[in-house]
Amino acid sequence: MYKFSLVFLSALALLLGSISTSFSKVEGDTIILGAAVSLTGKYSTNGKHTKNGYELAVKRINGRAAKVQVGGKDYKFKIIYYDDESNAGRAAQLAEKLIKQDGVKYMLGPYSSGLTKAIAPVTEENKIPMVEANGASRSLFTKGYKYLFAVLSAANQYLEVAIDLAVEKNGGKPVNIAMAFEQDAFSQDVRLGIVDAAKRTGSKIIIDDKLPKELNDMAATLAKVKATKPDVLVVSGHSKGALTAIRQISEMKVDVPMLAMTHCDASKLAKQHGEKSEYALCAAQWHKTLSYRDKYFGSGKKFDKDFTAEYGYAPPYQAAESAAALLVWKDAFERANSFDTEKVRDALAATDMQTFYGNIKFSDAGQNIAKPMVLFQVICDGDKCENKVVAPTEWASAELIHPAPAWSER
Amino acid sequence: MVQASLDGILLGVLFALIAYGMALQWGVMNIINIAQGELVIMGGYIAYFMYTAGIHPALGIIVSPIIMYFVGWFLYKTVIYKVVDRDLFISILATFGISILTQQLMNFIFGADVVVAQSNFGTTMLFDNSVTLPNAKIFSALVSIIFAIALVMYMKKSRLGRAIRATAQNSRAAKILGVDTEKVYAATFGINAALCGVAGSLIAITFTLHPYVGLPYTVRSFMIVIVAGLGNLPGVALSGMGLGVFEEFADYILGTEFRIGSVFMLLVFILVYRRFKLSRKREYLK
Amino acid sequence: MKGNKLIIYGLLLAFGLAAPFIFPAYKLQISFMWILVILALTWDVQGGQMGYNSFGNILFFGIGMYICAGIQIGMFFPLAEWTSSGGEKTFLHTPSQYFQGFFVGLVLASIVPAIVAALIGYGILGLRGHYFAICTLGLGIAAGEIAGGIELIGAGQGMTAPPWPKGIGDTELRSEFFYFLCFILMVVTFIFLKWAYQTRFGLILNAIRDNEDKAEAMGIYTMRYKIIGWIVSAFFLGIAGGLMGNMVGYIEPTEIAFAGATYGVFMVLMAILGGKGTLWGPVIGAVAFHIFKEGFWTFFLGWQYVALGALIVVIVVFFPEGIMGWLREKYPEKFGEIVDEADRKAQVELK
Repeated sequence: MYKFSLVFLSALALLLGSISTSFSKVEGDTIILGAAVSLTGKYSTNGKHTKNGYELAVKRINGRAAKVQVGGKDYKFKIIYYDDESNAGRAAQLAEKLIKQDGVKYMLGPYSSGLTKAIAPVTEENKIPMVEANGASRSLFTKGYKYLFAVLSAANQYLEVAIDLAVEKNGGKPVNIAMAFEQDAFSQDVRLGIVDAAKRTGSKIIIDDKLPKELNDMAATLAKVKATKPDVLVVSGHSKGALTAIRQISEMKVDVPMLAMTHCDASKLAKQHGEKSEYALCAAQWHKTLSYRDKYFGSGKKFDKDFTAEYGYAPPYQAAESAAALLVWKDAFERANSFDTEKVRDALAATDMQTFYGNIKFSDAGQNIAKPMVLFQVICDGDKCENKVVAPTEWASAELIHPAPAWSER
Repeated sequence: MVQASLDGILLGVLFALIAYGMALQWGVMNIINIAQGELVIMGGYIAYFMYTAGIHPALGIIVSPIIMYFVGWFLYKTVIYKVVDRDLFISILATFGISILTQQLMNFIFGADVVVAQSNFGTTMLFDNSVTLPNAKIFSALVSIIFAIALVMYMKKSRLGRAIRATAQNSRAAKILGVDTEKVYAATFGINAALCGVAGSLIAITFTLHPYVGLPYTVRSFMIVIVAGLGNLPGVALSGMGLGVFEEFADYILGTEFRIGSVFMLLVFILVYRRFKLSRKREYLK
Repeated sequence: MKGNKLIIYGLLLAFGLAAPFIFPAYKLQISFMWILVILALTWDVQGGQMGYNSFGNILFFGIGMYICAGIQIGMFFPLAEWTSSGGEKTFLHTPSQYFQGFFVGLVLASIVPAIVAALIGYGILGLRGHYFAICTLGLGIAAGEIAGGIELIGAGQGMTAPPWPKGIGDTELRSEFFYFLCFILMVVTFIFLKWAYQTRFGLILNAIRDNEDKAEAMGIYTMRYKIIGWIVSAFFLGIAGGLMGNMVGYIEPTEIAFAGATYGVFMVLMAILGGKGTLWGPVIGAVAFHIFKEGFWTFFLGWQYVALGALIVVIVVFFPEGIMGWLREKYPEKFGEIVDEADRKAQVELK
């Protein structure tokens, strides 16, 4: 026992000692950023989009002659990744690990609101600025976090536009809303947005269902929808929710004038369900046809092309917003002209720039207030279904089709 | 209500098919397979791949059991043979390990995307369009019933079926009488995997597929088997349908958010109820 | 207690006390390690000593977590407003509020799970073998799903634990505070179980494991002891949960609180890895598992679950006796040195 524990203890000490505790916020000419992304688990697809977005932006910035200019010197970006396994507990631990053991002073966000919510208390306690691109939950911005900056619009804005549109098409009269949202941080926030919009327009919510996380059957909700005939049906539950909804709506022939959803492009809805998904309205943070520009990626279309060439698939908005996060970092470093986390934080707070992804300007809570959400509709031409932007009208490439024709007429 | 009951029954038949595989291996090999759900999902992905290759996914019910039979056989030869004679808990943990292993491998091979296969079977309307039955669901219920009946016949008539039943009754005696129990076990596990394959390809055309949704199927099949008892096929079918109906009604009454929770609570209640019933019986026998 | 044994305990204790200062960067990691040790130790009360393989002990961990954070907030602020993300208000605890709330929260986080264990114990501990295992598995998962449907505690949104109050030291102090709480809890749990296993109570638990019917026939009211065993586990797990919730700062129903797929399984695995049914087994298993996980996990980057699955299969199928069992077989002559004397005697007597 004695010997054994001695061996054991020394092994432990050795192991802990041997893992290098290099404090590496800036090493030579490299600025080190830390990120926990989901490479495994339920978010691994979107985690991959996030990572690819980060990677492409790093590549683009490092590939330029003038990389990141701080104090007259040229610096490269490098990102340390860990796999958070799509698990909130794990993500919080990894954030701690990145900060304490890898000495990371600048963080990038993980994928999903839930994981961002898990990481935010850690970065906040340690006063480490984090630019995140995939945590849209409004509760991230009501806790008074000072070191959190989100380049994307908050989740409650996702589908508000859809309700406004429905009211407008209804001749300004209130509408009946049916909704079903997954039990997670993000979808529940989308729900709050709808509740607000309903209050604002005087609309009535007639069905308010929550869907379990392991959802693959929402027949019960749809049966209620069928019985009550609402004007708008809102569904949000990541990719699974979008696919399940379309499948069962088409099978059960549920007729609703307007179907509004999230995660249509992440789930490749138009491709997987084809015509069945036609007329579905979808909220997105970004679309390649938007007319924003910057000097790194050029325009959205250019980003789309470059990304496709690099990774072999068209970028969903998750990738675009992740790439934008790196541009924000670069901009902030150059304006701060320092590596001091406080100065960089202040520079981040003062960000006001345009990227290919949209304008970025943070409110006091760290929320991007300069960029509206876009709404697109799945519109089919024969067998080929595409997402066309229908709102805001500024960028609309197609007219909103409303109400959606009944199943018997398709 | 009619809608919920019908949905529930059609769903339940599918559960019953998976549960039948569970009952089979449990009865014969005394193994509880936590990876049951993952085998189902794997079968589903086979159908999905046929769909992406341009073949109608419904044909998956023929292809995927064949492939899955070999997957099951392979699993038996690598891991399961080690745990057959051991404590049940060991088999639970070992298959749990297999379950996360396969989840992750499926994630690598197929991606974490949620996928669906289109059957384009259309929908049957009843009662003036107030009740809809997707043909895909009816199809899957029919296929499940056919497979279950075919399997029962096979168990009764064929040589292997008789060997399996003999092993289930008394493996030592069967061995003495010249049954190669190793082979029987491998075949049983393979048949179980094949059943999961059928169920999986039916799920691919009726619901959605995702590498991480296996566990609820495992738990449901376990529950059905406990309620029905081992080796009670009509019971399995009935309790399968009962569970399906229960779920749909739980959806209506409690709200969808408590659906999975209520399934698991039902499991707990059934087990506890069963314990009190059994212990009363024990006292009575005294 | 023999001399060199005293030295070992002294060394371990010294290591535990000094660790946050020797490895400041690893404070939180080591705190998690102590939590894992508690999980494994308390699981072993059922799984190892009593022969009841529970998959549902995570239930108490999660209840403790929610109770503690809920009390901390609810004592001073309206809980519903805290958890509803729509609320634009932010509440801040003053230091005295924080510690008062934390203390009361921890006390209740230990009592409530213990009461829950007592209430459900009679029904559930009557199940035997795999029925018990599956039933507890269902219990753990159901708890997570149901917690995810309750608005008051944030439902699927999760809830944030109160942040460390402003004005009393920095984050280093915070992590030291939680480190020592975890360490003390671990030591107390260990000492309590060491003592308990030496008493008649420990013998009865082992008797239940070895043959429950015979134990009953000998006139032992086994159900009472099974329930007490579960209460003990629930008590310590509840406190551990309360600590964990505050340490992580964010409580999510199925991934942090009722994390059956991670902690719920890890606790079983760690105990088996170390050697179930021994006092030191779970401790060694948890430490080895944590080091393996933290040390090598990041190298796999994406493959770690494949590795974990393979690890489970290998451990369970090929080393069901765990590290302690392996040591026992490999060095039987040193066996007396390795295993706790009283524990060994108790086992020998029973055999």
